[in-house]
Amino acid sequence: MTALHDMTVAALANELRTKKISATEAAQHFLARSQADTSGAFLSFNPEATLAQAKEADDQLAAGTAGALAGVPMAHKDIFVTTDFPTTAGSKMLEGYRSPFDATVVRKLGVQTGGAGMVNVGKLNCDEFAMGSSNENSAYNAVSNPWDTSRVPGGSSGGSSAAVAARLVPAATGTDTGGSIRQPASFCGITGIKPTYGRASRYGMIAYASSLDQAGPMARTAEDCALMLSAMCGPDLDRDSTSLDVPAENFARDLNASLDGLRIGIPKEFFGEGLAVGVRTAVDAALKEYEKLGAKLVPISLPRTELSIPVYYIIAPAEASSNLSRFDGVKFGHRTKDYTDLVSMYKRSRAEGFGEEVKRRIMTGAYVLSHGYYDAYYLQAQKIRRMISDDFQQAFKVCDVIAGPVAPTVAWKLGEKADDPVANYLADIFTLPASLAGLPGMSVPAGFGEEGMPVGLQLIGNYFKEAQLLNAAHRLQQATDFHLRQPGGAQ
Amino acid sequence: MTTKQKSLLVQGYEVVIGFETHAQLSTQSKIFSRAPTAFGAEPNTQACAVDLALPGSLPVMNKGAVERAIELGLAVGAHIAEQSIFARKNYFYPDLPKGYQISQFEIPVVQGGEVSFFVGDEKKTVRLVRAHLEEDAGKSLHEDFIGQSGIDLNRAGTPLLEIVTEPDIRSSDEAVAYAKELHKIVTWIGICDGNMQEGSFRCDANVSVRKPGADLGTRREIKNLNSFKFMQQAIDFEVRWQIEQIEDGHAIQQATVLFDPDTGETRAMRTKEDAADYRYFPDPDLPPLVVGRDWVARVQSEMTELPRVMAARFVADYGLPEYDATTLTQSKAMAAYFEAAAKACGQAKLVSNWVMGEVSRRLNAGEAGIEHAPVGASQLAAMIGRIADNTISNSAAKQVFDALWTEGGDVDAIIEAKGLKQMNDSGALEVIIEEVLAANPKNVEEFRAGNSKALNGLVGPIMKASKGKANPAQVNELLLKKLQG
Repeated sequence: MTALHDMTVAALANELRTKKISATEAAQHFLARSQADTSGAFLSFNPEATLAQAKEADDQLAAGTAGALAGVPMAHKDIFVTTDFPTTAGSKMLEGYRSPFDATVVRKLGVQTGGAGMVNVGKLNCDEFAMGSSNENSAYNAVSNPWDTSRVPGGSSGGSSAAVAARLVPAATGTDTGGSIRQPASFCGITGIKPTYGRASRYGMIAYASSLDQAGPMARTAEDCALMLSAMCGPDLDRDSTSLDVPAENFARDLNASLDGLRIGIPKEFFGEGLAVGVRTAVDAALKEYEKLGAKLVPISLPRTELSIPVYYIIAPAEASSNLSRFDGVKFGHRTKDYTDLVSMYKRSRAEGFGEEVKRRIMTGAYVLSHGYYDAYYLQAQKIRRMISDDFQQAFKVCDVIAGPVAPTVAWKLGEKADDPVANYLADIFTLPASLAGLPGMSVPAGFGEEGMPVGLQLIGNYFKEAQLLNAAHRLQQATDFHLRQPGGAQ
Repeated sequence: MTTKQKSLLVQGYEVVIGFETHAQLSTQSKIFSRAPTAFGAEPNTQACAVDLALPGSLPVMNKGAVERAIELGLAVGAHIAEQSIFARKNYFYPDLPKGYQISQFEIPVVQGGEVSFFVGDEKKTVRLVRAHLEEDAGKSLHEDFIGQSGIDLNRAGTPLLEIVTEPDIRSSDEAVAYAKELHKIVTWIGICDGNMQEGSFRCDANVSVRKPGADLGTRREIKNLNSFKFMQQAIDFEVRWQIEQIEDGHAIQQATVLFDPDTGETRAMRTKEDAADYRYFPDPDLPPLVVGRDWVARVQSEMTELPRVMAARFVADYGLPEYDATTLTQSKAMAAYFEAAAKACGQAKLVSNWVMGEVSRRLNAGEAGIEHAPVGASQLAAMIGRIADNTISNSAAKQVFDALWTEGGDVDAIIEAKGLKQMNDSGALEVIIEEVLAANPKNVEEFRAGNSKALNGLVGPIMKASKGKANPAQVNELLLKKLQG
């Protein structure tokens, strides 16, 4: 029998449904693996809570009331608030914080009535408040990439990608604001999807940039992502005003559909200077594979790709500067021990509680929203953001999905860009456009590049075309085995 | 009009006032959460995750608050924006848990409109700039916590409608009249309970002075005027203070001031130099507020008759002067009282006179609402019916009314018991007239010499001798006949 940790979500769900294993056994297995991990992927465990959830899943399986993924272990990015586990958002500011409520995504995936029945193994490391692309901005510890422990796992969902790649859990949640699901998935050789903005409720997802933040699943296969995404999405109109009134879908319905005649748009701006040779080679090979599957490659242009960097790094910090104002030491979160009056309490609590990158973005955001600068920065950025969305709509007139690299390079070395925020920002160039447009996007393992590190192929679809993306990803995974490869550190 | 305006000048200065009023909307739950809004609960018992700004919480618009804003817009003849935007006003304060207030900045839901009212018998119209939805903050409690402050977040997220005028107000009298009229509108349509003590209706007045024809002067904003009396005192003090400063050669600095009822003075809280940059930007947690025309139409169809519409109807249907109609529509209860009595007796103008006169005078003396008046609309109508059919004179009616007010009872029974029926018997009246003529030969002579005013000197004694029961018209008729005959 295959080891439990080598099974996919789909396979585990089947084992559990057919009572070949119990949820408790599965939980114990993955809990033990995760607790033994040394990569730094996890921030907290609560074995008692995990086993209680497993017990609940077993009861539901016995009673025949279980959800579709009952008993399958997973772990949440520590940006989702949970009642059973502390929630820190990777920040000292929230050290030890316990939420009185669960995020909607947590409820929908969990063992609560109506949930999919998955069991939460623990909370996963991430860049502080999801700001970063290497997980090095976590206030707790960096995370090493299971393919090469001297390298970053990507970010901000770096704990999620590392844990799934190392088979500590079969799947995890992530959040994507400017690429935080796709880029770490690419760096760790797993599959991840960010749905259309508004598909998954943001309720209980600690906000970084409200107009961009989206939750999504990270797993080894497109099929697993489809199963989880089906459980995560759906309207949450009473709790999140940006939640779309679009019913949940079975995103796995078209997994095996033929790709014959599928038009794949290839944006020339994604293949220019700065794209690592190894990445380009892997992406080109994946595109060739698609041609073999019957798809047609169509050259397209997304002319404002480069502009997406300044636009994103104005809008996201602007929203963040305001979203993070609630962390003031008054009601919750870190409060300095050393203050004399209200203003010193604010200043010191925030100076002590936030890390460098968070402070940098708060300062940037406050600046671009200031009187006299608002029009030149924020308003201008919003205008270009609309143009970027329009560019995609132009492109979708001649193609069905868009494909290209997720990131210009493979995972870099820990510490390599730690002192160079701009170098980090520039590396987001290929994931930012879809985020700004609110489009669904995913990363699919496409082979290996420099130093044998994984390379992800990015697929971007039009609004609500998640099923089509997952279909394209699944068909590629039927024809290739990159998603099945195992990093050396995951034995 | 010119003379009227001149009379408003204070020591040669024109007073310019604009108003910002925060009306707390009468919804059961908060503007962006499902926590209740009831006043006076134990601290922090009416605040949920959203009001506490717990990580991961998000605002969801309360449709009831929007409907109330639409109602106000319709009541003041404003444009209801099909799309308005919620913005974040960013600042740090302990009773502001999110570190920003959700408000409307560039595009408010209610745009324009006007409020008309009478100051004395002069009609005045104040233009509105806008009315926008926003959330209230919590409260900082500085007593009872030695060396520290307590925070009560019960009020955080309470829905407010901020109603802003153009600087159209020219005196403290007009300011109070405007505030009373606006208070009447919001309570009439039921969007606000109007309780000023509990802070449900709070006014800020932007006051400046200038020489007539000059540019607008620098304004100072008097915050949180929570009674009409203090409003008048505060503005009067502020105007005198500003004129004094200017006369002494000092420039006015833009500032926010508070009125201290104990000293009767205003004092500056903060000046413009401390003004924060609120870094307003559209709230990305809330999509634009879309108010379709069908929604406006539905709200309109469910709305109660507006005071100005009702006043116009009183003019059209009952032939009342505009002043009467406006006065009678000061409150729903008064309007209902008038209309019930007018319908019952068919004497609208007489009813109007009585309601604005005797009824209001006595209610004001006792500070009771008209719904608690001891003389009900049907009793007043019965009494006025007896005036109209000449059973009693106006002066006798005052005695009837007094009896009704203090002791109650039936109109006809009171007339009977007090013997107030008019003397419609010409024989008895003629006897009285003969006696009065005999006793006042001088008046008789003057009248016959062509001084028609001398007649009044005779009518009075005749009415007196009849103990008010004589019918004045009949007295006139008989008297003229006697004198000319």
